[in-house]
Amino acid sequence: MNTMTAQRQAGWTRRMGHGVIVVLASAFLGLFLLLPLAAVFVEAFRQGVQAYVASIGQPEALTAIRLTLLVAVIAVPLNLVFGVAAAWAMTRFAFRGKALLGAFIDLPFSVSPVISGLVYVLLFGAQGWFGPWLSGHGVKIIFAVPGLVLATIFITLPFVARELIPLMQAQGSEEEEAARVLGANGWQMFFRVTLPNIRWALLYGVLLCNARAMGEFGAVSVVSGHIRGLTTTMPLEVEMRYNEYDYVGAFAIASLLAMLALVTLAVKTFLEWRYSDEIAAHAPGGH
Amino acid sequence: MHRRVLPGFGISLGYAVSYLGLIVLLPLAALAWKASGIGGEGLLRLLSSPRTLAALKLSFGGALLAALINAFIGLLVAWALVRYRFPGRRLFDALIDLPFALPTAVAGIALTALYAPNGWLGRWLVPLGIQVAYAPLGVLLAMVFVGFPFVVRTLQPVLQSLDRDVEEAAESLGASRWQTFARVILPVLVPTLLTGFALALARAVGEYGSVIFIAGNIPMRSEIAPLLIVQKLEAFDYAGAAALGVVMLSFSFLLLILISLLQRWSNRWEERAA
Amino acid sequence: MTMELSRLSRRFTDFAALDDVSLSIAPGEFLALLGPSGSGKTTLLRILAGLDYPDSGGVQKDGRDFLAAQARERHVGLVFQHYALFRHLTVRENIAFGLRIRPRRTRPSRAEIGDRVTRLLKRVQLDDHGDRYPSQLSGGQRQRVALARALAVEPDLLLLDEPFGALDAQVRVTLRRWLRELHDELRLTTVFVTHDQEEALELADRIAVMNQGRIEQVGSPEEIYQQPATPFVCEFIGKVNRLTLSENSGSLAAGEWILPDDPWDGRYRQGIAYVRPDQLRVAVPPPQPAWTARLRHVYLAGSVAHLDLHVASLDQALEADVASEDLARLGLQPGAELRVAPRSAVLFPLADDTGQPIARDRSTWRPPDNS
Repeated sequence: MNTMTAQRQAGWTRRMGHGVIVVLASAFLGLFLLLPLAAVFVEAFRQGVQAYVASIGQPEALTAIRLTLLVAVIAVPLNLVFGVAAAWAMTRFAFRGKALLGAFIDLPFSVSPVISGLVYVLLFGAQGWFGPWLSGHGVKIIFAVPGLVLATIFITLPFVARELIPLMQAQGSEEEEAARVLGANGWQMFFRVTLPNIRWALLYGVLLCNARAMGEFGAVSVVSGHIRGLTTTMPLEVEMRYNEYDYVGAFAIASLLAMLALVTLAVKTFLEWRYSDEIAAHAPGGH
Repeated sequence: MHRRVLPGFGISLGYAVSYLGLIVLLPLAALAWKASGIGGEGLLRLLSSPRTLAALKLSFGGALLAALINAFIGLLVAWALVRYRFPGRRLFDALIDLPFALPTAVAGIALTALYAPNGWLGRWLVPLGIQVAYAPLGVLLAMVFVGFPFVVRTLQPVLQSLDRDVEEAAESLGASRWQTFARVILPVLVPTLLTGFALALARAVGEYGSVIFIAGNIPMRSEIAPLLIVQKLEAFDYAGAAALGVVMLSFSFLLLILISLLQRWSNRWEERAA
Repeated sequence: MTMELSRLSRRFTDFAALDDVSLSIAPGEFLALLGPSGSGKTTLLRILAGLDYPDSGGVQKDGRDFLAAQARERHVGLVFQHYALFRHLTVRENIAFGLRIRPRRTRPSRAEIGDRVTRLLKRVQLDDHGDRYPSQLSGGQRQRVALARALAVEPDLLLLDEPFGALDAQVRVTLRRWLRELHDELRLTTVFVTHDQEEALELADRIAVMNQGRIEQVGSPEEIYQQPATPFVCEFIGKVNRLTLSENSGSLAAGEWILPDDPWDGRYRQGIAYVRPDQLRVAVPPPQPAWTARLRHVYLAGSVAHLDLHVASLDQALEADVASEDLARLGLQPGAELRVAPRSAVLFPLADDTGQPIARDRSTWRPPDNS
């Protein structure tokens, strides 16, 4: 009898422990993650649907959306090509300085976004290395679209490479060697063997890269100059409206970005669930 | 050099290195070059300015504290997600990355809407004497928010691969649940915990977007170092901005190197590849 | 198609994978590269496949420089140890891969490719599995897909890297026989790498035994087994008893067992003798020299019995194999004392200064009155 009671007691304590941990974790997640998300949408619709639609329909909002898409459409493919090239070199060949190359690829993750913007101002701004030459030739990079693109590329550079490197390392090069022995040339090998094997990881990396590219604030803020209708991306438009006390307008644009985030999370979760063994790391910008 | 069997070595490495050089290294070189323009005396003046010191202290102190908080909460959340089945688990699991996916400006204004004195939570907290928004606490909160996914996501796979046998062995040797956790599980997790800590720290130190809205940016009190850089830039003090940038980067790298040494030590039982 | 490999060397950072290897491969032969891991056999195979290159030395195929051709130009079929099947392609697509990627001029028509794939599927006994993905196949099935994929391009040379290494024992034996029959039918020059001596002895026409980047011996399975050329081959192939010979009143001897005629005419004072367990006589009649051994254990293995013996004068354990029926006839019981002596032995002298065996002065010993 005694042991029975003791066992029941022990089981009960253990279940209590589980319960406390689960309740604490859920409460934290709800308060910390769900509440801010809810705040975005509630604040956006505070003055009704009409005000919401009207503030999104403003011309500055539309140009901001267009500009955000334009920046991502340029930055993401460039980083995709870089990611594939870097991963190919790093996982298929032995060469000196490989570890250093890996460290440099990760570098943008540990540089403040503000500094990422700053470095381009120092290069291309009026007092920068190439500033005088550029302005002499009528080329504008800082306070213009090229600056936004460059800063965004810097910030999002590691995503695709970081996703592909561990996966391609794990897959090894045997299938590609087999393709070579069977007579495939370089492009045939790449498009028929390599690419199909990394497609989901590539999509995953592009997804993360795109989310960050469209949402980047600090770096683009430094190079943008905040010229309404010309160099304000959506996050910058959010800031400007917020600082002008147009809260509904700010949260309306923010709600679009929040939806982008939710779509990103949904696709990401789907990829992790469906193709878990064909993608590598899960930490955002981790490893 | 040996003949290479797989094609594309020259073009892929050449492209990757040039791209990296143009996008990352050349600009960072410009930073170092511009920073050197202010000279030793200028650097000393910059670092002895109380406002700069306060901002650096807030950025680094806040980031360290935020990473520490994230290490604790992250461990708790990762443990709950990996070990227990409860309603909403999958949803929560998917939401962990929200701070990463949500643009920082959006996070900034959302947190401010919650914690401002007239905000959803602020209106209850301020009367209790807890001021979050427009105070250092707000900076800390934003830093915890942006760094949150890192600890959870680095811990999850390790927790999943943890061998349950070892825990059962510990219990069969007479260890209590708490002893099993503290003496058997935690030591194995420490290296990973440090990885997550370092990632969360690196993110929080440089964070700008989510912080500036909630911080209130009161000089000497709630002004972060990246904001100081922006202000110097707006005042056309390029050398000052660059110097502060270099100071921040040096500090960050020093911290990251320290953490990786600590990690190496905590991981000493792991067999080293020759 | 004759291949001439001459003086191949390949160094990796910390060891020599191939050290001055020469070998010729005859048309249509089935050659095994046999050796322990790290002996360089896979490196040799990869060099033939064009997946690695030697630091020095050359390979000639019908008088042409084979190494100048890239992997894709060599007309070689390679079966990887872990198969390296394309995981995103079905079995049929895997097999058709090498044909589909050909430039239009030399690519067979779609129907022709389909026919050839069907024929190959039949040949490897996977007719019903064409639409499956590699992950849906067993190890033995994957291995046959890999083989069919290699054969589809009609190679001049088939290379197999540990073809049965990843399979369980039963599948291994079945597949081995099947591969031998396939070779007898196709007469395709085949080189395969293995660390399993049984596999090499059973399958190959010729075996090259490799050790530490060198070829120790090349020969037919019988030659390798019965006339091992080096101490390494003696010890690597089959079981063997190793005895130390030292000078004893003018002759070389191991304890009571004395060599009446010195095969090296007194040039060496030490040597080693290798005696296979089946070449150890038990119950030697008295006048002949023999060791006195105590029978410690008998392991019955069907028709053969393995005897675990201990010779007190040598302080050494010996192993002898006798037919099970002899066991009963001799009335052998654990604890019994037996007179034991070799029926034949392979002898190597040891250099006086270094103590290393000298393979070129190898000698085979048989008793003078071998009845």
